[in-house]
Amino acid sequence: MDERAVTRFWESENLAGIGVYLAGGGYQAAREALHHMEPAAVLGEVRKAQLRGRGGAGFPAGVKWGFVPASVDKPKYLCVNADEGEPGTFKDRAIMSRNPHLLIEGIILASFAVGVHSSYIYIRGEYEALAGRLETAVREAYEAGFLGGRVFGTDFDLDVTVHLGAGAYICGEETALLESLEGKPGLPRLKPPFPATVGLFGCPTVINNVETLANIPWIIRNGADWFLRQGLPGDGGTRLFSVSGMVRKPGVYELPLGTSLRTLIYDHAGGLPEGKKLKAVIPGGLSSPILTAGEIDVRMDFDSLAEAGSMLGSAAVIVIDDRTPIFEVLKATAGFFAHESCGQCTPCRLGTSWIRKIVQRMSEGERRGTDLETIESAARAMRGKTLCPMGDAAALPILAIISKFKGELAEGLTPSPAR
Amino acid sequence: MIPDMSAEILKKAEAVMARYPHKRAALLPILHLIQKEAGCISPGAERWVAGLLGIKPVRVREMVTFYTLFRREPAGAHVIQACSNLSCTLQGAPDLIDYIGAKLGIRPGETSADGKFTLLAVECLGNCDQAPCMMIDMEYHGRLTREKIDALLGGMGAGDG
Repeated sequence: MDERAVTRFWESENLAGIGVYLAGGGYQAAREALHHMEPAAVLGEVRKAQLRGRGGAGFPAGVKWGFVPASVDKPKYLCVNADEGEPGTFKDRAIMSRNPHLLIEGIILASFAVGVHSSYIYIRGEYEALAGRLETAVREAYEAGFLGGRVFGTDFDLDVTVHLGAGAYICGEETALLESLEGKPGLPRLKPPFPATVGLFGCPTVINNVETLANIPWIIRNGADWFLRQGLPGDGGTRLFSVSGMVRKPGVYELPLGTSLRTLIYDHAGGLPEGKKLKAVIPGGLSSPILTAGEIDVRMDFDSLAEAGSMLGSAAVIVIDDRTPIFEVLKATAGFFAHESCGQCTPCRLGTSWIRKIVQRMSEGERRGTDLETIESAARAMRGKTLCPMGDAAALPILAIISKFKGELAEGLTPSPAR
Repeated sequence: MIPDMSAEILKKAEAVMARYPHKRAALLPILHLIQKEAGCISPGAERWVAGLLGIKPVRVREMVTFYTLFRREPAGAHVIQACSNLSCTLQGAPDLIDYIGAKLGIRPGETSADGKFTLLAVECLGNCDQAPCMMIDMEYHGRLTREKIDALLGGMGAGDG
């Protein structure tokens, strides 16, 4: 039996067109729900399915929806986080380009469950061409009567707008995304209040990742029990793993949560090319702490990776071979976070740029014996000391690279000059 | 420049503004409209948008400087964004970026003398299964090799000029 959900039918010709999606049973779950279910029942099913957020933090989606006050005199909003910027991650792009109507159906169901009548899809600026195709799909849904006034002929109204970002990793952080949508620089907000009560335009707001929403139609169609069987207790469903780096078959693989990292790399992504050996793996996007070749017998789920000292994050697996100097990994990581720090919190703004400067100097051949300790101390000074998770996102991978590959990195470091 | 295009842009901008309960939320989409039309966002354009949305020009300036994709100066006719992040680096991106630079006679961040190409080394483009990858204007190109780059850039007139 085909156990895939989100990627099912991906082989179908022109799945992105509404006709093909409908022929595969698309929009049935939403139509049935809007005609025959109470919003609370939809929310209950998603909560029971224990769907954890696919953006990175892994917060249970049903619980998040439940935080939105049921009756308020303000509008409520759903923001779709399609600001896929975590390096190594390309699964949301794949979902939106292969099967945009699955996302739209998920938006309808989530909006109905929470009582939302206006939803914004915040998509990263680099995906401009894709945003255009997504708008086409949204227009098809309007024309079919699945969006707009009287969705599926019911009393429920829903507008969906595609909103293009303009190049800022930080806008993947949910409160920065809200700021950006409001027409401001993407500076994360202090929490609380949480977006569920004070979000977009000061109103109750749910922010969900694309993949999270793409699971909703399947949960409603097949039931929470089915969904739970695909994953682990407390952690339902499959996961879309983006595999890249030094593997034979890079791509998106939908597999049950808890699949081992070794299986993913060798059985699904084809292992490394001839003559290359595994050196290390980044298991959950560039901000997740690195694992050595000896640490890949780990189950790919939120809790197992946390126990292994890393994180599942966006489930983006980057495979590093033995011929790549680990310094290159450090340099790419340091450069990325220095570029993407929004500058709001001093430890992150200064820490990321100090680390980048030191690494840049080292790469030009000028190395000092104290360099690694200095980098470590700058990273530790960021950890847990910023408004948003980016301080940790920058610090933890850098600390892990240094602690696990100290020997290799220390080669070529000259003794500290006397001062 | 802005007054000439404002009739067309104004119409589009008003359609965008209607999608949001607060008009300032239309700022990012309107800046995209302007850059698409004019190639960059000039101080005059900033003032125009500020007037349209009823905000101070500095609020527009901080958007233009915060977001990487906005430009304050015109770029070349084609903008090449070559990914320099890890997945592409593992597949040889640094060498290819040097190759493109040498071919066009520029370094990342510069525009070729004939004004045809601007080369940027950028962070992850979300196309890592196609590493090493780049975008030329809005279009993705992946699994790059020197030969592929020669064909792509040659077809766009690199080296003609």
